[in-house]
Amino acid sequence: MAPKVVIIGNGISGITCARHIRKLSNYDITVISAESKYFFSRTALMYIYMGHMKEEHTRPYENFFWKQNRINLLQERVVTIHPPENYILLESGEQIRYDYLVLATGSRSNKFGWPGQDLKGVQGLYSLQDLETMEQYTSGIKRATVVGGGLIGIETVEMLLSRNIRVHFLVREKSFWNLVMPPDESEMINKLIYHHQVDLRLDTESKEIKSDETGRVRAIITSKEDTIDCSFVALTVGVSPNIDFVKNSGIQTDRGIIVDDYLQTNFKNIFAIGDCAQFKTPLPGRKPIEQVWYTGKIQGETAARNIVGLQTAYKPGHWFNSAKFFDLEYQTYGLVASQKDESDDWFWWQDRKGERGLRLVWEKNTKIFKGLNAMGIRISHEVCNEWLHDNATIDKVVKELTKANFDPEFFKGYEKEFRRSFEVTHQYITV
Amino acid sequence: MQTDINLSIASHTRTSSLNIKMKIGLALVFLSLLLLFLALFNQIQHPALLIIFFIATIAGSLLYTNGLYANTTAGIKNNGVMFKSISNRGAIAWVLGVALTALYILLYWYPELLGLHDNANTGLIGFFDPVSKLLNGHPASQWFVYGVLYTLTIILLGIKFIYKYRHNAYQVKRTISVMFFQLIIAFLIPEILGGLNMPYNDFKNMWPLNYYFFYDWHIDQLLGSGGFGMFVLVWGILSVVLISPVLTYFYGKRWYCSWVCGCGGLAETAGDSFRHLSSKKISAWRIERVLIYSVLFFAALMTGLVIYQYFTKQSQVLFLDSFKVREWYGFYIGAAFSGVIGVGFYPILGSRVWCRFGCPMAAILGIQQKFFSRFRITTNGSQCISCGNCTTYCEMGIDVRWYAQRGQDIVRSSCVGCGVCSAVCPRGVLKLENGPQKTKKLEGPILYQDGQFKIVE
Repeated sequence: MAPKVVIIGNGISGITCARHIRKLSNYDITVISAESKYFFSRTALMYIYMGHMKEEHTRPYENFFWKQNRINLLQERVVTIHPPENYILLESGEQIRYDYLVLATGSRSNKFGWPGQDLKGVQGLYSLQDLETMEQYTSGIKRATVVGGGLIGIETVEMLLSRNIRVHFLVREKSFWNLVMPPDESEMINKLIYHHQVDLRLDTESKEIKSDETGRVRAIITSKEDTIDCSFVALTVGVSPNIDFVKNSGIQTDRGIIVDDYLQTNFKNIFAIGDCAQFKTPLPGRKPIEQVWYTGKIQGETAARNIVGLQTAYKPGHWFNSAKFFDLEYQTYGLVASQKDESDDWFWWQDRKGERGLRLVWEKNTKIFKGLNAMGIRISHEVCNEWLHDNATIDKVVKELTKANFDPEFFKGYEKEFRRSFEVTHQYITV
Repeated sequence: MQTDINLSIASHTRTSSLNIKMKIGLALVFLSLLLLFLALFNQIQHPALLIIFFIATIAGSLLYTNGLYANTTAGIKNNGVMFKSISNRGAIAWVLGVALTALYILLYWYPELLGLHDNANTGLIGFFDPVSKLLNGHPASQWFVYGVLYTLTIILLGIKFIYKYRHNAYQVKRTISVMFFQLIIAFLIPEILGGLNMPYNDFKNMWPLNYYFFYDWHIDQLLGSGGFGMFVLVWGILSVVLISPVLTYFYGKRWYCSWVCGCGGLAETAGDSFRHLSSKKISAWRIERVLIYSVLFFAALMTGLVIYQYFTKQSQVLFLDSFKVREWYGFYIGAAFSGVIGVGFYPILGSRVWCRFGCPMAAILGIQQKFFSRFRITTNGSQCISCGNCTTYCEMGIDVRWYAQRGQDIVRSSCVGCGVCSAVCPRGVLKLENGPQKTKKLEGPILYQDGQFKIVE
């Protein structure tokens, strides 16, 4: 009989794992999720709220796909895991035996113990259920507050604005996302937020959330003792591994489920992937917990290969990521820190209107290209990756910039202008 | 636990926020519709009212567009698309669909109800007589009225489209192109030619979309019109055998379907609000392949019979009668499919039903695009987050995401190269490109691992 694989979680990691096990083997595969029967793209939640798409549009595979590929879907909640006996217990009381178990349970929104954080109309934004309650509690309201200046935070701001809701945005940092982005990029986004008439309050945190007589949020008090009246509060202060039910199972956990380079936990037949996994020894330049779409994909595929016996270590390659802030697209490749490293040099170019920007980073001594940030510009992943992989020099990158242009046809080029201002400041490089 | 989540967000319809410009704009457009309605029932026939019709339509539409977009930032404008009655198959969409369908039925089969008469036009057609006389010296026909309204729609909703996509140079240029081809090449030049007693000819309308090109009466008319007729004949044949294959080789079928074609022009402008309604199911793709190649076969067979008959004077080949086949094609494909279903069902089935399931021209260009063209949509490494915007807004029902999330190029015969998938992508993943055929990434899946792009399995 084919080995039985049970995957808990039907997000991008769990589903990628299931698909690759199916490609590589005849194993019996079951994917369990309490959130939804069918896999949907979590990154698209905001577009459902904004009316760009419906929930069914966010499903990357048609419903028949799962049966066709013999992947069993089960909408259930897992209560406990019993590693020595190799079974899990469902909320319904049913036990499911497994030969391999994959934990792909994702994240949940952080809450830091603020008074009032559990009131009606106060929530994070991570799941379909969150979207449903957000729909309910923002219907017809006039004001909302978003606490926390990360990617989910700014997306939530954009969502609320799409419903003509006045948004107050509390950001702990002195400039939006400046722990990740250099000051120029961060400032571009600050301006954008103001431009959209958001009441952006930098260097401000939440102190207390006030309730009305029905137990619903009425106002929020900031760390600067300002009171903001609002009927909805989104807490978007990051996410943490969703692993409460794993904690007493004997599977080793810390902030996340501890895994080695093969995504294996302390039990040989149990793997953890995606947002919930924490690497025992993180790869150089990478975090122990990676909460990014494509790392989930690569981890899913890596675990699948290990489960079918093709031993494969997790090697995600060069860092990259992207996001969209209102209408401004952002892409990053390689390593661009928020503050310049002693041993590095960097150059930032911005067009006159302040709509596009490009930063290149390189090592001072060797002139080796280390990474770039592109704002309002699309850059080819493949070309950048080649540069990073081949240790290309900054001269070569500046010279070949056009090769990496991924903007649509007829878009105004920026390379000439970039080169001109680059040469003025860095004459010593381009001879 | 079986919590079936019903995200019926669409039922919480947002209170729409029409500003004053939009309200006045809509009022003016309704006024012009009222004038058409009155004309239809023969209540008004006056050039002054016709001028008012044009002014109200143009001013109303421009004012509405301005009110809609003036205070917005440049960028994607899809907020609320899935909530609005008109774009979410609501009551307004059905009313519009029925009205458009009725209009097409009248145009094709009951033009006399629109006021077409041999001696003197009345009704809607009579209302437009003055413009027709001005352009070509003759009273209007139902097709003249249709041409005027069609062109007006492409121009005005084209302006709206340009305003909506003003941040995207590809969309702006492409839309200016379809507006130009409709106004000048498809409408004005043919009308003026008609006025000069030369054969009416739309120079961009190619066989087999222009299915009557090889009809005996058309060939005879061209041969009987001296040098100009000969030019049209040679141009028509060259378009099919040389110009179109060459352009399609270099740029894909988009050079025609979303830059030049009138059907495409209407779909891209008037149909923009309905592009997401196309079905993305694999079953729809299957139907598409059967239907479009059947129509192509039908068109080729009919043309073959017509040409055979032209030279041999024999209308009967085996069990097929040339005249009957022609009649069937005109009725089922020329009128019912391309007109009634193609445009009438915009608000229900999406804007490219004819182009996707029926157009024989699109079928030929599609085969070329797939096998003999430099065009493809490339995907940007592993940046895709599978959100689904590209697939949702593909008017041709292509599941763009399916390719993008694997890092595979999109090489599909149906792609008209409108570029909207690339525009709506929030992660900068899609790019319409022309390049050497052998660089098309047709193999998948391409995985990003170990610092290299490589093909696994």
